[in-house]
Order: sequence, then C-alpha cells, then structure tokens
Amino acid sequence: MKNQYETVFIVTPVLSDIQVKETVKKFRDIITEHGGEIVNEEDWGLRKLAYPIQKKSTGFYQLFEFAAEPTFAKTLETQFRRDERIIRFLTFSKDKYAQAYSERRINKSKVKTEKEN
Amino acid sequence: MAANSSEIRYLTPPSVEVKKKKYCRFKKNKIKFVDYKDPEFLKKFLNEQGKILPRRITGTSLKYQRKVAKAVKRARHIALLPYVTDMMK
Repeated sequence: MKNQYETVFIVTPVLSDIQVKETVKKFRDIITEHGGEIVNEEDWGLRKLAYPIQKKSTGFYQLFEFAAEPTFAKTLETQFRRDERIIRFLTFSKDKYAQAYSERRINKSKVKTEKEN
Repeated sequence: MAANSSEIRYLTPPSVEVKKKKYCRFKKNKIKFVDYKDPEFLKKFLNEQGKILPRRITGTSLKYQRKVAKAVKRARHIALLPYVTDMMK
C-alpha cells in the first residue's frame, strides 16, 4: 500500500548549477530506486531564506511529490541527513485534502505550460 | 427644573456599535487545505512579530485554525516564514 508524500528540501547555495542538478538527481534516483513514483517535481530556484540557516541566507528549493511505501520516508530522511549539501528538508504524507489541492496545482501548472508553448 | 424632563440628553450621541460578525474564511470560501508553500497568504494569520494570531481575532474556525497553525509551522521550518521578526508587515 503506497502513500502520497511531499518533500521539500533546500540545497546549499555555495554549489554551482550543475552540482545542484546532480544533488537533485541523486535524490530523484533514491526515490525511484526504492519503488517510489514521482508524481510532480518543482524547482523553485534560488530563494532568499526567511532566517539564516548554517550562516547562509539563500538556498535552492526543490519540491518532489511522490507515492511510496510508508517505510521509505524514513530512509529518505536519513539520506537527507547524511548529505551535507542539504541544509533543510521537510517530508510529510498528504491527507486527502492536500492530495486534491496538489492535483489541482499540477493541472494548473500544466495548463500554464501548454499556453506558453 | 422641569419635572417631566425624563428624557436623558447626551452631549455626544452614544455610539451604538454594530459589531461586524467575524467569519471563517476557509468555510466561506470552501478552502479545504491550507498551503504552507504560500507565505503571503499565511501572513494574514500572523502579527508583525510573526506570531500566530488567535482565533478570537481572525475568526477562523477551530478545525481550520489547527490547519493554519500546522501550515505556518511547516513554512517556518523550510524558511519561508521567520520564527521571530519585527515589522513584518
């Protein structure tokens, strides 16, 4: 039985764009290797933090929405902790309202990209 | 002094305050999920120090106040909102 999860993490701003992409790819691979299905991913880019974390005032935000086994959330979080490029992360399982909201959100962004194309 | 002047006269007419009824904006607008990713929206429920406003001021129903609190705390954790600040608005 798979649950719907959502995770946001902040990558340290000292890295170059390629290194950031590598980091993101590493975690995308971790999710898919453990039998998770990525539903949506968003790159928020370099953003200013509301307060300094590890003496850094900016960070690269990345969002993943995925379906995975309940035990996987823990392994993902240990991976986040081990990686020193990640300065902050948040993972939680979504309830039905959050699920409906994110589905609407995904559809909205789809329509947007279609219009642009 | 006239005995039949039972009428009380005020220098300034007493202001009868018509209390505006507070309402829960989530119930009214049928919002089911409070998004932690939208700090601008969540700022409506914070004072200028970044503290969460009580229900008696915002009028949010208990069910959604809990969700607001959770969303604010999530937003603080991933540095979309500050934990402590001054002059936020």
